[in-house]
Amino acid sequence: MLVKLLSADLPRSRLLAAILVAIFLGLLFAPFLFSGARPLNTAATICIYIVLVASYDLLLGYTGIVSFAHTMFYGIGAYGIGIALASVEEPTWGIALAGLGLALVLTVLLALLIGLFALRVRAIFYAMITLAVASSFALLASQLSDFTGGEDGRTFSVPELLSPGFTLMESEVFGRAVDGKLITYYVVFFGALLLFLFLLRLVNSPFGRVLQAIRENEFRAEALGYRTVVYRVWANVLAALVAALAGALMALWLRYVGPKTTLGFEVMTDILLIVVIGGMGTMYGAVVGATLFILAQNYLKELMGHASEALAGVPMLAAALHPDRWLLWLGVLFILSIYFFPVGIVGKLRLRSYLKR
Amino acid sequence: MTTSTRVPAAQENPDAGTAPPHPVSLPPADTPLPAARRDILPLLLVPAVALAVLPFVSLPSWVTLTVAGLAMGMMMFIMASGLTLVFGLMSVLNFGHGAFISVGAYTATLVLLPMRSWLEMDSLAANLGVLGLAVTVAMVVTALIGWAFERIVIMPVYGQHLKQILITMGGMIVSEQLINVIWGAEQIALPLPASLRGAIFLGDAAIEKFRLLAVVVGLLVFAAMFLVLNRTRIGLLIRAGVENGEMVEAMGYRIRRLFVGVFAAGSALAGLGGVMWGMYKETLVAHMGSEVMVLVFIIVIIGGLGSVGGCFIGALLMALVTNYASFLAPKFGLVSNIVLMIAILLWRPAGLYVKGRQ
Repeated sequence: MLVKLLSADLPRSRLLAAILVAIFLGLLFAPFLFSGARPLNTAATICIYIVLVASYDLLLGYTGIVSFAHTMFYGIGAYGIGIALASVEEPTWGIALAGLGLALVLTVLLALLIGLFALRVRAIFYAMITLAVASSFALLASQLSDFTGGEDGRTFSVPELLSPGFTLMESEVFGRAVDGKLITYYVVFFGALLLFLFLLRLVNSPFGRVLQAIRENEFRAEALGYRTVVYRVWANVLAALVAALAGALMALWLRYVGPKTTLGFEVMTDILLIVVIGGMGTMYGAVVGATLFILAQNYLKELMGHASEALAGVPMLAAALHPDRWLLWLGVLFILSIYFFPVGIVGKLRLRSYLKR
Repeated sequence: MTTSTRVPAAQENPDAGTAPPHPVSLPPADTPLPAARRDILPLLLVPAVALAVLPFVSLPSWVTLTVAGLAMGMMMFIMASGLTLVFGLMSVLNFGHGAFISVGAYTATLVLLPMRSWLEMDSLAANLGVLGLAVTVAMVVTALIGWAFERIVIMPVYGQHLKQILITMGGMIVSEQLINVIWGAEQIALPLPASLRGAIFLGDAAIEKFRLLAVVVGLLVFAAMFLVLNRTRIGLLIRAGVENGEMVEAMGYRIRRLFVGVFAAGSALAGLGGVMWGMYKETLVAHMGSEVMVLVFIIVIIGGLGSVGGCFIGALLMALVTNYASFLAPKFGLVSNIVLMIAILLWRPAGLYVKGRQ
């Protein structure tokens, strides 16, 4: 059963399995393990980032395509739900689903268009074109303020079941009121889990094997009779769709969409950092990487703040340890990990247990 | 030509057993060497675009817009030329090129801010002197950083495109953060020198002085690059390297040394462009380079990866189209460069000019 759920792609390392189980249980029981809004927010962000990064890994790690348009699709999903719900007085599920549906159609069309247009040429070309398209899209979203709310974005209310004021039952469960926030968290959690298992299934299917073959040697894959362009375009479309769904989950959770949180280039660099540090070409890399990254983003900054205060006398070092400079250290880690362990954390763990055997 | 000479040659000795079966006929000695076909269609695009807009705007605003577009295009060209040259020669696409733009602009403040009083003087010579000093310092620093960047960051990943993209992205993130560490996270104001402020009037058309300077500098850089590439030995080697690097290496030239030289020169150009762009914007932020990079990439794609001439035309074209479009239809101006890129790629899928092995 479990093997089937994981599509026979087991962690293959005891330590990795333990880490994954810990992350899974931690996310599953997050509302009951921790109190307060911040840990729950962190947990929901981790869930969504796992899906977002895993879908990016389908492109970068499995197919060997570098795309900078992933945040664009993420943003389209988020804006789809956001604009639909913000445009009505009384939010209903129908409206939300209609918005999501439109967003998904737009996603497929754009992904197909960009894919057919740019995937026929070399990888580097695709990276540049997606960068250009995505940044123009972000600019457009922040300028069309009548429609998207501009730089400020849009806040909206969600269907009653998910709104914070809603309570399902009077009594508390394990010391936690069953309110809309809790239900939203579980919608996010199970939505993310489903999408992740889908991606896992996808990469372990014959389709996924062809993608890996393209990554390893495109010429050979083509010689074997696979039309590599078609496979790459499909990989692009599927990754974009999953990213859009992740964006929709994010919009539901935050009850807000804005260019900074969904379309910004910072989000794109975050995704890149997570994929590489977690491990390219393994879906579990996304889980480990996203968890570490989001935890670091939320809690390492405080630690750095303390360190910076302690070193206030040393001019450069204090500035370098300022909480806002945490990307500096992650960037260094990113470069070092590309040089010295390009397989990432998960690849390293798997390699270790493989060599031990 | 060759077939017509071959046929009579074969008929002259049809039964001579000692003659080779396919006699080789040489063209006459005064036949010119085969040259690449001149391709002037893209060259005509820039004036065509400029003239096509003329009926829709009044003449003074057309002049202003065109000069502004040319100035922006020249600055873009300065920033993009290094990138496209590096790509053509080493097949390395440096996503961290934007970092050199930012570093160049920030380094210039090391000269410009302490010598601010010189900038406030109302003498063109003093202003330009300080500016020249700042540009020199910025170019030297970015060239040195480029040299180190090539040795430390890019050398281990030659030939691996995926890793190059990731590594250079990482390099850009780190250098932006380092700029914040060194110069602080607040944006820095960079006022224009006194004699370059304001505009001169040609009839009713206002032309900002700094834009004229940008056009002049851009033309100088283009002319210098053109001369170096086409009239010097180094340029010959670079062009040969773009066509076929292995052959240059086989001839006994140290192509690695050429690589690092071109990389340093490209970085210095990015630094120069960064100073110009910073003065144009009059404020500096650490991510100014990565913002411009989007436009630079579009230019490099339009021009054809690796082609300096294409890059020049692409830069002018994009800047003009953006300027005209945002004047005529502001909302469309935002996406005009994407539309331009798509249109060009539909016409010529690999960009205006294709260089080297594609």
